[in-house]
This record gives sequence, structure tokens and C-alpha cells, in this order.
Amino acid sequence: MIPELGYGAAIVALGLALWGALAAALGARTGRPALVLSAQHAALGVFALVTACLALLMYAFLTFDFSVRYVATNTNLGTPFYYRITGVWGALEGSIILWTWMLALYTLIVILRHRESARELYPWVLTVMLGVLAFFLLVITVAAPPFARLHPVPADGHGLNPLLEDTGMITHPVALYLGFTGLTVPFAFAMAALITGRVGDAWLTMTRRWTIVAWYFLSLGLLIGGWWSYHVLGWGGYWAWDPVENAAFMPWLTATAFLHSVMIQERRRMLKLWNLALVIMTFGLTLFGTFLTRSGVIASVHAFTQGTIGAFFLGFLALVLLTALGLLAWRWDALGAQGALDSVVSRESAFLLNNVMLVAAAFTVFFGTVFPLLSEALRGVKVSVGAPFFNQVNVPLFLGLIFLMGVGPLIAWRRASVDNLRRNFLGPVLTGVAAAAFFFALGVHSALAVLTLALTVFVAATIALDFARATRVRARMGEPLLPAMGGLLRRHNRRYGGFVVHLGVLIIAVGVTGSQAWSVQTETTLGRGESTELAGYRVRFEDLAASEESNHFKVAGAFTVSDGRVLGVLRPAKKFYPQEQSPIAYVDYRLGLREDIYLVLGDFARDGSRATVKLQVNRLVSWIWIGGLVLTAGAGLAILPETKRTA
Amino acid sequence: MSRRAWRWLIPLAALPLLALLAYGFRVNPREIPSPLVGRPAPGFALTAFDATPLTLDAQRGRVVVVNFWASWCYPACYEEAPVLEQSWRAYRDRGVLVIGVDIQDTVEAAQKFIRDFGLSFPNAPDPTGKVSVDYGTYGVPETFFIDRRGRIRARHVGALTDDVIRAHVERLLAEPAG
Repeated sequence: MIPELGYGAAIVALGLALWGALAAALGARTGRPALVLSAQHAALGVFALVTACLALLMYAFLTFDFSVRYVATNTNLGTPFYYRITGVWGALEGSIILWTWMLALYTLIVILRHRESARELYPWVLTVMLGVLAFFLLVITVAAPPFARLHPVPADGHGLNPLLEDTGMITHPVALYLGFTGLTVPFAFAMAALITGRVGDAWLTMTRRWTIVAWYFLSLGLLIGGWWSYHVLGWGGYWAWDPVENAAFMPWLTATAFLHSVMIQERRRMLKLWNLALVIMTFGLTLFGTFLTRSGVIASVHAFTQGTIGAFFLGFLALVLLTALGLLAWRWDALGAQGALDSVVSRESAFLLNNVMLVAAAFTVFFGTVFPLLSEALRGVKVSVGAPFFNQVNVPLFLGLIFLMGVGPLIAWRRASVDNLRRNFLGPVLTGVAAAAFFFALGVHSALAVLTLALTVFVAATIALDFARATRVRARMGEPLLPAMGGLLRRHNRRYGGFVVHLGVLIIAVGVTGSQAWSVQTETTLGRGESTELAGYRVRFEDLAASEESNHFKVAGAFTVSDGRVLGVLRPAKKFYPQEQSPIAYVDYRLGLREDIYLVLGDFARDGSRATVKLQVNRLVSWIWIGGLVLTAGAGLAILPETKRTA
Repeated sequence: MSRRAWRWLIPLAALPLLALLAYGFRVNPREIPSPLVGRPAPGFALTAFDATPLTLDAQRGRVVVVNFWASWCYPACYEEAPVLEQSWRAYRDRGVLVIGVDIQDTVEAAQKFIRDFGLSFPNAPDPTGKVSVDYGTYGVPETFFIDRRGRIRARHVGALTDDVIRAHVERLLAEPAG
């Protein structure tokens, strides 16, 4: 009964979404508000129905309803309670339901926020949002039905992929999908702008905050994914340039470009065409990512099962790209720039360069990701593109971007005078050079590491300089120091939110540099009571212990870690799941600001006399997560409603 | 070309990409040819669930289908079990032997599986996992087709269908034994 209800709800929702998309468009064409209102009601209905679908699927999981194929494949009687909830989006069908629900939620918020303010754009925004919803509901009802039945009903299910039994898996997909689906909103506004011909700034202003929200969730999703990889997968890394990681990274890059280029259009009436193109590209890349993850076209550790769903996504991607680019061509004449680039040394060109680099990075990642396919299509040769390619092309681009992060916000609009340059950059550049010398003297001899750290210091100095200067102005007007600072953040929240995000990115860059340049590892087999040493740490193998958990069997080693004094006992383990052929590593670690100690258990003797252990000392990795927190604060600051400028 | 017409080329720019992705459906990135194809099949001597010995070497001269499965392998093994049994009944009189190798399983669950599907071809557990390692299996189900001279000739990953079995077996049966 429950599955039939869910299936029925999805079909009705599909009908409502189709009707709503059509009604909103008709309402806009014929100028009949009643039709737009009907579309709005349809959207509310879709939200309610998709919520019901999600709740019903969750109910099926919680009650172990193995008559539902999706439940039987992704849970079993031993699955703990909260993984039965997250198991809902642990595989293809359920993840699409979650995705659709978020999209419906965004549509609801768009209605609440913009039904008055967006005026002519509004009906078309509704059409696009409901159109995209209709597509996903079509996937739910036809291509990947989560409520499909199973005969005969098995006594127990297969169980969730053990790697997904982790708290990171509760939040990672949620954040990532909130980012992906959120990017539909700016796309819908961009399409509405093209359809109505109102390609001015209105759509940009209205979507700015939406883009930041989506961008933030995407960043968070990527970071949590990195954390999950770091503490679950047991190879000590957080990023592998896997096709599916790339799939989430590409729209992040183009969305970042868009967040910056928006400012040039607002200020100088330039880049209209470019901004629309970026939004289309970003949305296209989110679909491409979904296609990549769910079609099985490119091999990846993240890939969901294959099926007809790939063809659905490809068809939709084709529809979206051809329509969007067709509209762009149609409005071509209205998209010319009103301003012009006055000088190469100006904020416009710094932002432009930033955009070029971000899009270039997105393009190289894209190229590397589809290259295996291209190679097989053109030459019939199977190849895989690995981390060396991506690192080699992207590291210089990212260094350039960090440099521009320091230049862009402080350099003058239009044409920077020598005086402007000296005033804003002499101090930071000197600080950066001094930092380079300092790090070199400290014993950092990798040119790349010195350069990254020096650039980081340079950018931090520009931010400090700007903030100090602005605080001084307010302090001079008689405000005490701390309120002056607070007022500054609040009043210019967009600018300083951006700065805080930049600081977060810098901190992440330091973490990445440190972990790449200075991490060390060793692997060794120890008898009971024997020790090994690495980077000043001594690790002693004490014992092995086996235990029976609710849905797996676990063998854990006990290792005492000391650096002169005993720091603690780490217990890396191997988990044996009946449904998996190979055991799953369970990493144990001790996180620190300077370095993490990270232990992975390898093979062991059954009697507990010997065990192989991989010991890593990973440097500065914690700063990646700290940077993520700073980034969160900055994004939060940037989306605060702007205050009235009356002071 | 007039100035107004060329802009319509913009949407066309998306076509090569779409074509490439569509091409992706025709290839399977997971299809990694087994290095064992064409090589002599690794021998094994197992004890079947009904306690009879089961050795591969004794089957020389017959076409052998070695199927790796497990009772927890759901749903693929459940889908192919009836198909496999049917093929066994169809081909047993023509010199074809189907062998099931049950890996990473408990004896009770495996025996229930065999009973539920009424499997009549020999099935044996692989308690040490040695056979599945020798054959380089990635997962279950996985099936190897061995010719009369004892060489592995094909490998199939995933649930078997009637067509797949028939195609491989007929091809190997058509070959001379010598």
C-alpha cells in the first residue's frame, strides 16, 4: 500500500508540474494572472507531494519493507536506525527523490520571496523551475522508480554500502544537492531574462543571494566529501580528481566565476552575455555531473548503477543546452556591453582575468574527465587520466587565482593610478616577499610551497590593510574600535563577507600545500609489543581484538602512540560485512593543528601476534576543515540582508 | 553568411559534446577483459555441498561453465539461478557441465539458496576463497566458460541471461574436442 501511495504521489506531482510550467508560460504570454496563480498552486502541490514521497520512502526504510526493491537493496535488518534514514538517499533512486524535494523546496522559497518583486520575470522563472521539476519527476516515475516492488519478498535485505555508514554521508549528499539544486534558481532567472528580453541587471540583483547560497552549499558539500574521503577511505587523501568529484567541482568553478563577474555588470554594465553564458554553463555542468554519476558512462568510485537513466539525463541536457543557447542567440543584439575596458590595470581586468582562469580550470577539469571517452571514441584506446594531469594544469591556475584574490578587491575601477597601486599594494607585496624569505629561512625549500605561502600572506595582508584602513576611518569619527569593526562588517557585509570567504580559501590553500609538501608515511609489520617510528612519533602494537557489531564483524588493533610521552591509544580496524567481499578499513587518527597521526590496519595474523600497519603523519590537514568553517562564516555574512545606508 | 545568421551557430556548439556523451552509452568502462581468456583454466578440487568431490581436471573434454555466486548476492544471483538451472538441464546431455562455486557464504544460507531454486548441478563452497582469487573475480555473480581443452574462453560479469549462455556454450560445443 505504502509504495503504491508513493508512486501515485509522484505521478500526480508530475502532472501538476507539467501543468504549472505550461500555465505560467501561458499566463505570461496572455497576461492572465489567474493562470500564473494556478501555476503557483501547482508548485505548492508539487512540494507537498514530493515531501510525501520522501516521507513514505523513509517510512519504508524504517519499517524494513523489503517488498520495495530499493529498500531491500540498500538496507538490512542490521542497519542501525540513522543509517536507515540516510540510506534513503544512499543510492540512485532515493538520491533523485531527495534532489527533487530540494528543488521543490527552492521553488517554494522563490515563490515566497519573488512573487511580488520579480514582476515580468516571475511567471517564466516558475515555468523553468517547474519544467526542471517535471523532468526529475519523470525520472522518478519512469526511469528510476524508487517504489518498484519485489517478488518474492526476501527475508532480509542486502544492506547499505558499508562505506556510506558514516556521519559524513548524512551531510555530504545533502549539502552537495542543496548546492546543485540551488543553482537552478539563477538559471531560471537567466532564462526568464532572456525570454522576456529584460537582460538588464534586475535578474542579477535578484539571484545574487541565491547564487551565494548555492555556491556555499556546493563548497560545503565538496569539503565534507573531502573529510569523508580522509577519514573513511584510509588512503590519507581528501581529493582524488575522480570523475564524480570533478563533476561537482566544475560547476563550483563556474559559479565562483559568476559570483565575481556579476560585480562588473552591476558596476560597469559590461559582460551581460558572459554572465548569462556562465549561468547556463553552470547549470549545464550540474546536469552533466548528474549524468556522469548516474549513467555509468565514465568509470568512477562514486558511480551509481547503470540503466536507462543516463539516456534521460542526456536528453534533458540536450534540451537545456539547445534551448538556453538558442535563446542566447535570439537575444544576441541586446547583450552588447555599455561600458568598455579602459585599462589593463584596473579592477575590471583583474576580475576578467579571474574569470578566464576559473573557466580555464573548469575546462581543463572537464577535458580531463571526458578524455577517456574521447580517446576511446576517436582512437579506440582505453586510457585513464589521473591526478598528475589535473595537478599540473590546475596548480598554476590556482596560484594565479590566489594572486588575483589579493589584487581584485583593492585595485581601482577603470584605471589604477601608480599612486593607487603604491598605496594599496606596496605594503602587502613587501609582506609577501618577507614571508617568502622567512619560510625559506625556516627550511621550506620547495619552490611551490614557498610561492603558495608567500602569495597567501600577500593576500591576507591586503585584506588586513583594507580592514584596518576602513576601521581607522570610523574610529576617527569617534567610534570605539570594536563597534567600529562590527559596524563595518554589518554595513558592508557583502564586501567583508567576501573577504572572510577569501580568508577561508587561503586557509584551505595552506592546508592543501602543507599536506602535499610535508606529509610522510610508512608501512610496516609489527609483532606484539614491537614499535616503529616516524617523524618523532613512536607507535607500538599492543593487541588485536575482535567484536561482533550489529551488522558486521570487526577486528581492531590497539596501537600506543607516543612522542616521548604517551599520547593515546589508536584503534584502527577492519570491518567485515557479510555482503561485501573485501573488508572495509576503519581508520583511526589523532587530529592536530600542526599534523595528524593517521593509522590504517593492514593484514594481521589471526592469533593477534602480528599486524601490518600504515602510519601517516599528515601535515596541516586540519586547516582545510578550519578554512571550511571560516568560509561558512564569510558566506553567512555575505547573504545577510543589506542594511539601509543612512549613516 | 549574413551577420544575423552566424549567431545561430552558438547552439550547434553543444552538439559535438552531446554526441560524445551519447557515444558513451555504447562502451562499458567496466568491461575489463580478463587476462585469463585464452589461458588454461586454473584447476581446483572442491567438495560439493552433497559431499562429493568436484575437480576441474576431471572434466577435460567437456564444456564447463563455472559460476561464482553467493546467497547474499542479491538480486543478480537470484535472477540468474533459474536461468542457469534451465541451461544445465538443456545442455547436460550434450556434454556440458555447470559448476557453481559459492564464495564468502555460510553453509546454511547457501544450502537454502540451492533448495529454494532447486539447483541440480554440482555446487561447492570455496571456504578459503582460493578459487575465486585464482580466477580473479571482482564480485558475484561472475561466470567463466571453459572449452573442451580446458582453456578459459570467455568471462561474463553480472547476471547471466539465456542468450549469453547459449551463445557461449554453442560456440564452444561446435569446436572439435582435440
